[in-house]
Amino acid sequence: MKMNRRDFVKTAGAATAVGLVGVPHISLANNKKVVIIGGGTAGATAAKYIKRLDSSIDVTIVEPNPEYYTCYFSNEVIGGERDLDSIKVGYDGLKGHGIKFVQSKADGIDGEKKLVKTAGGKKIPFDRCIVAPGVELMYDKIEGYSEEVAKSIPHAWKAGEQTTILKKQLEAMKDGGTVIISAPPNPFRCPPGPYERASLIANYLKHHDKTKSKVLIFDAKQKFSKQGLFTQAWEKFYGYGTDNSMIEWWPAPDGKVVRINPEKKTLAYGELEEEVTADVINIIPPQRAGAIARVSNLADESGWCPVDQKTFESTQVPSVHVIGDACIAGKMPKSGYAANSQGKVCAAAVVAMLNEAEIGTPSYVNTCYSIPAPGWGISVAAVYKLDTDGNIVGVPGAGGLTPMDASEEAHKREVEYAYSWYKNIVNDIFS
Amino acid sequence: MAKQCNKLALITSALALCLGSTIAVADAPALMSGASARMLSETCAGCHGTDGASGGPAIPSIAGMNGEYFVELMKGYKNDEVYGTIMNRIAKGYNDEEIALMGTFFAGKDFVAAKQKFDDGLVGKGLKLHDKYCEKCHSEGGKIVEDEEYYILAGQWTPYLQNAMGDFMDGRREMPKKMKKKLEKMLKKEGTEGLDALFAYYASEQ
Repeated sequence: MKMNRRDFVKTAGAATAVGLVGVPHISLANNKKVVIIGGGTAGATAAKYIKRLDSSIDVTIVEPNPEYYTCYFSNEVIGGERDLDSIKVGYDGLKGHGIKFVQSKADGIDGEKKLVKTAGGKKIPFDRCIVAPGVELMYDKIEGYSEEVAKSIPHAWKAGEQTTILKKQLEAMKDGGTVIISAPPNPFRCPPGPYERASLIANYLKHHDKTKSKVLIFDAKQKFSKQGLFTQAWEKFYGYGTDNSMIEWWPAPDGKVVRINPEKKTLAYGELEEEVTADVINIIPPQRAGAIARVSNLADESGWCPVDQKTFESTQVPSVHVIGDACIAGKMPKSGYAANSQGKVCAAAVVAMLNEAEIGTPSYVNTCYSIPAPGWGISVAAVYKLDTDGNIVGVPGAGGLTPMDASEEAHKREVEYAYSWYKNIVNDIFS
Repeated sequence: MAKQCNKLALITSALALCLGSTIAVADAPALMSGASARMLSETCAGCHGTDGASGGPAIPSIAGMNGEYFVELMKGYKNDEVYGTIMNRIAKGYNDEEIALMGTFFAGKDFVAAKQKFDDGLVGKGLKLHDKYCEKCHSEGGKIVEDEEYYILAGQWTPYLQNAMGDFMDGRREMPKKMKKKLEKMLKKEGTEGLDALFAYYASEQ
């Protein structure tokens, strides 16, 4: 076989790793090293599936938090349908597979020397690095908003404390109050998320004697994910389209939020910058790849990371892969299932590369459930392949949305499947 | 790098075309086929559990499922002959070779019985009813048996079995003639309590 550039990178990578490992660890000297930045859905999946494929590979996850709150189902926490603890997962399962953890923030990646630098000053060598930092919230895209302001005007777009802040504000709100959700422009994490959130907040208000209250979605877009199905559910459950609708959707350009005054709880929106006051404000800011991806030259001018969509290796920094919300993965959305699927494809590619084996043909799936009301589930799914131009595309004729004429039984079934999905995907990633 | 990738992709797709497994779409680049059984099957784990062992309760375990029955069911979903929600949409994403590969993969995995509650008092009756009405096809108490082409019942998640039975009884899914006859006979004599007893027995097999 002729030596191509990839093979060269591979060989060079192996040589560097040997050079970096100190004498005291000579018994481990031949073990290939993978460092994964981020212990969320994508990173944790990749770690586990690398170990499943080749347990001799030394896998380290660099993650600042000792536990993880899944973004999926956090809208049910906000809507009072479940506790925050029910979406918390620890890392003992992964540690049981021999995966090492460095509890720290990654500060930089040296692609030349093949080192990950942590905030704690550690330098961790790798043969291949997988970067899965998720999204960074661009607070400054909305005037007056900041990480500090988010303590009182939550984004709740990263689950945990933020989820609780929003939930408590809704509980404290009196009947007749107004909730405003500012939905971000594309692309962003969890495309149906803001609309499911509006639904479950309306559901909470409806069942807690706050029926005179309203949820207004101010949107930076003119259309959104599962729009037909959400609209149908809103009409059925929340009077959407009538004078008494509990949900209103204001599309761009009028609905685009440009400024916030956190003290007065006012928002300026649209081209005319009209002002509106709300009792509870939830700003979901515009997004880009997590900070580490940008400072390590992995992101392009779009703010996201271009990758070889077969291996998820960065097209900008060799030996470094980017998966999950931060990467540009063709037609795949920024969803939990997509991150899980990408983690597996990347794991298989990385293991093949480290073993100098042929990289197999990938296969990817996305399955995404939303629950606009208790007992009423909707979904979108897709099966993806790589095309000959190297782009991830949906298999024609497959996938798609819950049909608009689906029966009550089918909607009920989709809720049951959503709950089973949650159990299984969380176990698949973290157990 | 992009060029190499294209070249590799072209070779792969040319191969796939020879095998007749790629659907040509006008003006769109061809799709790469040839993913391994493992690669294809591991995409299922997000819903059906790692290696097909589901944590339930409504999504069934598919680990240890008979390969031929897996293929039959997937094709049934693909052609909209079997009632489903999301599976009909997902099954359309795979060609015959891919479905066969996934069938082989899951058939090779160990079935993990669901850990679930059941009514202890109904188990004995359920076993008797099983032997009388179901055993002929779902042999060995509905457990996995070599060449057994029917679905796993013993140890399967009860909510899944209840939904599947609901589909059969409400006419969403066509019942095999023999099953229809036996089920009608059982329901006439035992009522829906008979079904509860059967479910309790299957759930007790852990």
